Amino acid sequence: MQPYRNKDYAQHLLDRLRQEAVRPLSAMEVCGTHTVAIARSGLRELLPENIRLISGPGCPVCVTDDLDLDIVIALAQQPGIVMATFGDMMRVPGTQSSLLEAKSRGADVRVVYSPTDAVDLAAEHPDKQVVFLAVGFETTIPTIAVAVEQAVQQGLRNFSIFSLHKLVPPVMEALLTDPEVKLDAFINPGHVCTILGTEPFKFIAEKYGKPCVVAGFEAVDIMEALLMILSQYNQGRPAVEIQYKRAVRPEGNPVARAFIDKYFIPVNATWRGIGEVPGSGLALRDEFAHLDAQKRFPITVTPGKRVKNCSCGQVLKGLKLPYECALFGKACTPMKPVGPCMVSTEGSCAAYYRYGAQKVGGTV
Amino acid sequence: MCLAIPSKILSIKGHTAEIDVGGNTKEVNITLTPEAKVGDYVLLHAGFAIHVMDEQAAEEIFDAWEVAYAALQE
Amino acid sequence: MSKTEQGQVILLGHGSGGTLTNQLIRTVFQDALHNPILDEMLDAAILDLGPGRVAFTTDSFVVDPIFFPGGDIGKLAVCGTVNDLAVSGAVPLYLSSAFIIEEGFPLADLQRIVNSMQAAASTAGVRVVTGDTKVVGRGGADKIFINTAGIGVVPPGRDLSPRRIQPGDLVLVSGTLGDHGLTILAQREGLAFTTPVVSDCTPLNRIASAVMEAGGEAVRCMRDPTRGGLATTLNELATQGGQGILVQETLIPLRREVVGACEMLGLDPLYLANEGKVIVIVAPEAADKVLDAMCSLPEGQGAVAVGRVTGSDRGLVLLETELGATRIMTMLEGEPLPRIC
Repeated sequence: MQPYRNKDYAQHLLDRLRQEAVRPLSAMEVCGTHTVAIARSGLRELLPENIRLISGPGCPVCVTDDLDLDIVIALAQQPGIVMATFGDMMRVPGTQSSLLEAKSRGADVRVVYSPTDAVDLAAEHPDKQVVFLAVGFETTIPTIAVAVEQAVQQGLRNFSIFSLHKLVPPVMEALLTDPEVKLDAFINPGHVCTILGTEPFKFIAEKYGKPCVVAGFEAVDIMEALLMILSQYNQGRPAVEIQYKRAVRPEGNPVARAFIDKYFIPVNATWRGIGEVPGSGLALRDEFAHLDAQKRFPITVTPGKRVKNCSCGQVLKGLKLPYECALFGKACTPMKPVGPCMVSTEGSCAAYYRYGAQKVGGTV
Repeated sequence: MCLAIPSKILSIKGHTAEIDVGGNTKEVNITLTPEAKVGDYVLLHAGFAIHVMDEQAAEEIFDAWEVAYAALQE
Repeated sequence: MSKTEQGQVILLGHGSGGTLTNQLIRTVFQDALHNPILDEMLDAAILDLGPGRVAFTTDSFVVDPIFFPGGDIGKLAVCGTVNDLAVSGAVPLYLSSAFIIEEGFPLADLQRIVNSMQAAASTAGVRVVTGDTKVVGRGGADKIFINTAGIGVVPPGRDLSPRRIQPGDLVLVSGTLGDHGLTILAQREGLAFTTPVVSDCTPLNRIASAVMEAGGEAVRCMRDPTRGGLATTLNELATQGGQGILVQETLIPLRREVVGACEMLGLDPLYLANEGKVIVIVAPEAADKVLDAMCSLPEGQGAVAVGRVTGSDRGLVLLETELGATRIMTMLEGEPLPRIC
């Protein structure tokens, strides 16, 4: 039996990590769920000092650009529009306000658990235009593609999506080519790889020579993945390996990928805190333009001003730790977040704030 | 959300499966896992099964959870 | 027993103070809640409280859905106020209940809610002695809102202020956490899942007095961890008491189903509401006796110690994780929303 939450096994892994961490290693956990697992379990303070974990772009919600969100919020305030969204988008700020604030002021904003719930909403409210705010990495995008397919099959005329999807491999490449960023290895997002498999990440090992291990979401998963990374790192044999075998196959989920390809094409996208990354977004294919809210409800808003002094860009790149930002815990808190890292519960700043790595343990 | 507990498929009707997740039951969409069958353990995301776990892996996690809970109840 | 005919609904006239109001009071409220003080039907209830200091509290109830497994808004309105009195060390005695009802609300549902209030009041040994009903137009309120205020008497010498908390004290909880919050979430549109968990909504005055009897002076403080859950309540205690609290993650009693559903929705059970649980801070020497007293009651069957008060990290709640690391457990920030990531 794999003791996923066994303290003795965790101790054994920590001992081995101490033996193997013979030289400094900076590893980025790309996925916000890893950031939270690390913070919740207190893993960071238990790791040997040689291992530095850097929280990466995090989650598709937190990296939604504030200027994009201004347009979404403006659209939500149009009469007859129902904006359906995942719960974690509600508090994400644009330059002026959030969907939660728009809702308080009378906009019809509904939280859904699944994208298909938004399709059901459209079917139940033929007099309303239901817009689904489509955010997600590769894990979520197939579920949204299925929702789009349902809307097509049902011939719904009052359903559309506002596509702000983000793709993980292009942003990882952007981080690798950024001269400021010093990374030795990646802990790959588990469930993104459930869909993508390992192939789209091979360039990390082959072109950039960095170890890359797909990890699960228990603390011991992350420790096992770090051991695998150290083994590659110490032996100088970078590769893409899977620790999270129970959820990830090398070939990923081809059915889900086919759904993505059927409905979407890559476009450039702007990531909050990082900037524009080529080919890192997705738009609906032209034949589904009638389901594209951006095309159907063209909205122009006066571009708002992005907040100054927010260090999220540097935090995302691993150049700063969350509490090294001047706004952290003061002007920027989970209730009134400024930058992407505080926005979602899985953002690195929110995880630091919530689980207090800045105050406890000392070794962050 | 990255759910770590395997959810067991109890029944299937078209593209909808009833699953057991930690003792609760919920309907999920299985369009993305056409190979899923009753008794399989699946990984959930946003109301969808996105992965069918191989039986051995699922049983291992399931056991670990049960053991963890047995320990909590003691 | 319902005396209302099926299909009857609340009309604006039911709140006008005229004949319809009188009829509603007689057939629904008085019939269920009657007691000598209420039956006087005066503008104010006149109460003889006897010796001791008076504890006085109020709370409003707007829960959606109004009926849920394990309770309803009526039971909640009685238990919520009774519990606030009980954890303050008071013996709850009298309640007021004021209703704001949306026009068109089914009379049968109102009857059911009032009957359930009566059942809860009777369990808790309290009387509803005064009340009020207002009806608002459609859309003016969401179905029904209830406000209850409560009066209780604190026995002489009893002080359960959090300032009495001292390093070394133990933190006890009376049973599994998050059951009420999860039950409500499971009913929400769009989330719909079926769970065997039911709300823990129950009066706590019996267990509170059992705790006081067993622990006496050694009982420092009690709280009911309602909105914001265990995490938020412990933070309040740490701040108000000026002490640190260290909780052992592995000791926190949670139902398997609550953990499973929270994993699915991306929520933390330590932030989910409870409506029938009490946190007791007690001096270590009396802890076993108090735990035994709690465990001997059905509402305290799962009582355990989950942590202790520390002299360090004042004002903070720390959690020792399964791995043996320590992290901060913060207060609830905003309403918990289900997440995808």
